Amino acid sequence: MSDQSCVYIKKEWDIVAARQMGRDIATQVGFKTVDQARIATAISELARNIYLYAGAGKICFEAIETVQKKGITIKATDEGPGISDLAQVMEDGYSTSGGLGAGLPGVKRLMDEFDIISKSGEGTTIESTKWLR
Amino acid sequence: MEKILKDVVLDNSDEIVRMWIEQVKKNQGGAFYQSLSDEALENTNREFANAIFEGIQKGKIAKTPLDEFAEKLINLGWPLTYLTDGMQVFRRSVVKFIIHKWEDLDFSEADNYFELGDDYFPWVLEKVDEWVDPLVNELVSEYSGSWENIVSLQRMALQELSAPLIPVMDNITIMPLIGTIDTERAKMVMESLLDGVIKHNAEVVLIDITGVPVVDTMVAHHIIQAAEAVRLIGSRCILVGIRPEIAQTIVNLGIDLGKFPTKSSLRKGFQTALELTNREIVEDTNREEEIENLIESLDRSEEE
Repeated sequence: MSDQSCVYIKKEWDIVAARQMGRDIATQVGFKTVDQARIATAISELARNIYLYAGAGKICFEAIETVQKKGITIKATDEGPGISDLAQVMEDGYSTSGGLGAGLPGVKRLMDEFDIISKSGEGTTIESTKWLR
Repeated sequence: MEKILKDVVLDNSDEIVRMWIEQVKKNQGGAFYQSLSDEALENTNREFANAIFEGIQKGKIAKTPLDEFAEKLINLGWPLTYLTDGMQVFRRSVVKFIIHKWEDLDFSEADNYFELGDDYFPWVLEKVDEWVDPLVNELVSEYSGSWENIVSLQRMALQELSAPLIPVMDNITIMPLIGTIDTERAKMVMESLLDGVIKHNAEVVLIDITGVPVVDTMVAHHIIQAAEAVRLIGSRCILVGIRPEIAQTIVNLGIDLGKFPTKSSLRKGFQTALELTNREIVEDTNREEEIENLIESLDRSEEE
């Protein structure tokens, strides 16, 4: 049982829309304040990466509900330049834009599951799940 | 010749309005229309039709009835689709009506009468478009103009709220941040922070992030930069209002905020700021003592 909803990221303010939608879905799934903040922050990072590096893309949310567990999956897709060295971007402190370089490794720590597929020149897809405990 | 078309449309306005209203009603099934009473919708439809006809009749004048009508709808919060849909239906109705009446039209007295033959249909379409298109443009520009106006007003209001700096005491200044911080706002925070520090001669600046919903790496990065800039001009920055959930996400993200002091609340931050400027809050106990002395002396006088 699942349902999906998406936010397109084109402008900086779309990040706020994505965050808001993600927070609403997280609340419906039953996440508490701390996890809501974690999820919202993770969405913020992923959406900002799309806005900064790919220019445009989308973020989709899926509320997952099985017999054993509940959770939320965030899927960030873009058709931007892609990431050439995945190991490097997952390192703390690596940034090409003068930022803190904590974005992607941070998202991985904020969420429970983290999966990244990227091809140079074709775009990036990141799928990340947080389970309700 | 065009005049004849116009006349026939104006003369038969009742008939066309009837066709138009019939068609428009079919399209008005959305949630917005269901919230309105039938009567209100009916009245507005009629008003719309009248405004369109007056618009066609008078041609281009400074303030057409259609403008006034559009303005009224904007103020009432009706959707733009109501107007565009209405104009499209109007175009179709007029064309349909003219084609229907084509056989009865008498062009023999027209100035530049020429034979159109069977090709009259594109010609009619073109003529009707010539009336309707300017009206549609007018409506849409009226509508988008009013939206742009609202957006720019709100942007101004937002900018005014963006980065306020409050000098609460000598050498102590507070900047409360409320709402989302984007790149533009982060720049303003930095500028007004540095300007304010110099202007108010502040030794300590408290940045309060109680009202910031999400602190991600970008927001943290800007705060760190601002604090570093404040340090460079010889003042100190204290980050206050860090809610427990924000503290956890900051730790998870692995952001190092160790370069400047942080506090959970503005109150604690303010106390630290006072300590940093060699001051403290002292309760005024003298007055209580005075009152006690007074009561005691009264008691004594009664005893005597």
